[in-house]
Amino acid sequence: MSASFRGGIHPEPHKESTSRKRVEVLPPPRELIFPMSMHIGVPCEPAVQKGDRVLRGQKLGDSAAFISAPVHASVSGVVTAVEKRLHSSGAKLLSVVVENDGLDTPAPVSGVPDWENAGPDALIAAIRECGIVGHGGAAFPTHAKLRSAVGPVDTLIINAAECEPYITADHRALLERSAEIVGGMRVLRRIFGQVRVCLAIEKNKPDAIALMRRAMKNDPGFEVVELETKYPQGGEKQIIRAITGREVPPGKLPSEAGCCVMNVDTSAAVWRAVAEGVPDTERIVTISGSAIAVPKNLLVRVGTPVSALVAAAGGFAVPPQKFIMGGPMMGSAQFSLDVPVLKATNAVLFFSENEDRRVRTPVCIRCGRCISVCPMRLLPTYMYMNAMRGRWGECEALNVMDCMECGACTYECPGSLHLTQTFRVAKARVIERRKK
Amino acid sequence: MDSPRFIVTSSPHVRSADSTRTIMLDVLIALVPSLAVAVFTFGGRALVLTALSVASCVFFEWLWCRLMKKPQSAGDLSAAVTGVLLAFNLPVSVPLWIPVVGAAFAILIVKQLYGGLGKNIFNPALAARVFLMLSWPKYMTRFTAPHTALPWLSAVDAVSCATPLTALREGGFSSPGFAGMLLGQVGGCLGETSALALAAGGVYLLARRVISWRIPASYLAVTALAALLFPQGGLGALEYTAVALTSGGLLLGALFMATDYASSPVTPEGQLIFGAGCGLLTVFIRYFGAYAEGVSFSILMMNALVWLIDSNFKPKRYGTPSRWVRVRDTFRAAFAKWDAEPDDETKGGGAA
Repeated sequence: MSASFRGGIHPEPHKESTSRKRVEVLPPPRELIFPMSMHIGVPCEPAVQKGDRVLRGQKLGDSAAFISAPVHASVSGVVTAVEKRLHSSGAKLLSVVVENDGLDTPAPVSGVPDWENAGPDALIAAIRECGIVGHGGAAFPTHAKLRSAVGPVDTLIINAAECEPYITADHRALLERSAEIVGGMRVLRRIFGQVRVCLAIEKNKPDAIALMRRAMKNDPGFEVVELETKYPQGGEKQIIRAITGREVPPGKLPSEAGCCVMNVDTSAAVWRAVAEGVPDTERIVTISGSAIAVPKNLLVRVGTPVSALVAAAGGFAVPPQKFIMGGPMMGSAQFSLDVPVLKATNAVLFFSENEDRRVRTPVCIRCGRCISVCPMRLLPTYMYMNAMRGRWGECEALNVMDCMECGACTYECPGSLHLTQTFRVAKARVIERRKK
Repeated sequence: MDSPRFIVTSSPHVRSADSTRTIMLDVLIALVPSLAVAVFTFGGRALVLTALSVASCVFFEWLWCRLMKKPQSAGDLSAAVTGVLLAFNLPVSVPLWIPVVGAAFAILIVKQLYGGLGKNIFNPALAARVFLMLSWPKYMTRFTAPHTALPWLSAVDAVSCATPLTALREGGFSSPGFAGMLLGQVGGCLGETSALALAAGGVYLLARRVISWRIPASYLAVTALAALLFPQGGLGALEYTAVALTSGGLLLGALFMATDYASSPVTPEGQLIFGAGCGLLTVFIRYFGAYAEGVSFSILMMNALVWLIDSNFKPKRYGTPSRWVRVRDTFRAAFAKWDAEPDDETKGGGAA
């Protein structure tokens, strides 16, 4: 029996178009855009000015705030502007624009080569200096997560569930960067001390499971856990439930349940940061979807505009209707190809059709599917009913704040209700009410 | 590259292919075996009644949307499902205007006046059946024996035949044999007689995940348990249980009526409670009530309690202890207090 949680859905995986394709290196384009906010938390202050020459791996911005992570140049070149540019959040945010000189002249690196004898503080400091953030999507600064988790945590979960349809970036990372991933896990073990280290992989990736078992066989305390293939298996609370049987109390951090969950590609980034001093400037991005001519996995420099990825994937086979950054369940729709790839961008998807089956007159038939699939065991149909009438207090009483917006209810709803979308509004209203 | 124009919506960006229409289509497919048995057992008139009932329900749905200028919902097939279920709840000998009047009541009053699909409190087909039964009892309780030659379209002047449960209550029950009950070769409403055909449809709905097992399972389990413990009519426990489970529309009710989305609970525990409540009421009506068959009334009564059940049996919130753990802890705390009390006395009465 593979580990799992209660609820969840089985969307069409659509991973076969890229899962067997080796990662191709995308040459960096002429102009790259580095938003000062590539993470959750306080944006960085630019550390360079227009006209400055920057080296590959040089810091472009930093912040003194705890929940923040510095931004580094992924190429060498000249700063052509420090101005507001379009960001995948939909807003224009302060960004450093670098014109690539094509030389990739590296900045001097340090790292902690003697990491096996270093203390947690030195390791976490190195991770911060390299600007490592969670690569799974939320982009939480890794050093901040580690600082708050060391101590109460007895289980470290390396999340390679990759339960979102289409995305194969983590799958390819497992197959092609296993040494770096295991290296990162060893560094994290060094930081946490004697904790259980679980690499959790959905069982639809048997090749990765076999490979990682082999790669980890000399590390006592490391194990591969097979997860049932189900969305949202990679949700933090779901994966903790699946592996440890514990549940994180409402509104609390995973450390409350003795767990720290980290994306698998973050582990590889941690290894590069600590062992080689390489900052977070490169990542695997899956480009796929029904409108893409040649879906593939690309190794992309952070800051590359998405238009360069589209060109590398042979352009559009049919006119695209929708552009999503991230997965189709939780990713955000974009309106311009000018947005740059960020540290947590695991996929860019282009759909040619009305794949979300929008309808004009959604009607709830009370089938209860939303309830049986909700991984947080909420009552979406009742929350929706109350939200549509503006009863925010009732929504709060139904624990709408527990909703993690995974979209499972909306996916499943035969009446095509906009459930997740409504709960997003309800959550904002509840927060407003609490402030009053 | 010139940026194409993109549609921007909030996530999720994909949906399953299931829709209200595909679900209702599945229910219709699940009802086909029973319809086939009905036509075989009661003749072409069964088909005429069903067609008339479906056509009337769809017509009234269409008419309502037209008159009220609401988006047209006749195409979602929910009215067609109500039509088949209404016909299945009629004796084959009813005049042809009965399904039309029933359809008007079901769609216009029970369904649309409450807000339409998903908002009706009571099961439309069952409420219409009870309305017809109370208004025209002479038509609604006149059952014909299987394979009686009936005219397809003109009025019927048929000899009546008791349903198995009525016969059991009034004496004169002669077992049609287990095969007779399974295959529906007994008196009764159109669609309720063949246990086998109904069960086949139920299995299809379960396999297609249209219904959950909870309501039918708890409904049938409670009814079966009561029948095993308290057999009626001088029959043995097993024989009576077989009769109780296969007759009186129990399977039609448990699989197709009590599972109606709009008028049943959506919470998992609530569904178990709802099914068990239907079972208890059915047993009470059958044993002590004025009717030999209690399925329609019991489901309608439980329909009225759906909101109460749902709001009291919410799923356990993630990250909090389950209901059972809370009950256990309450008991433990109570016992701990109990145990602690003598100690308090020996210490001289405590702080108070």
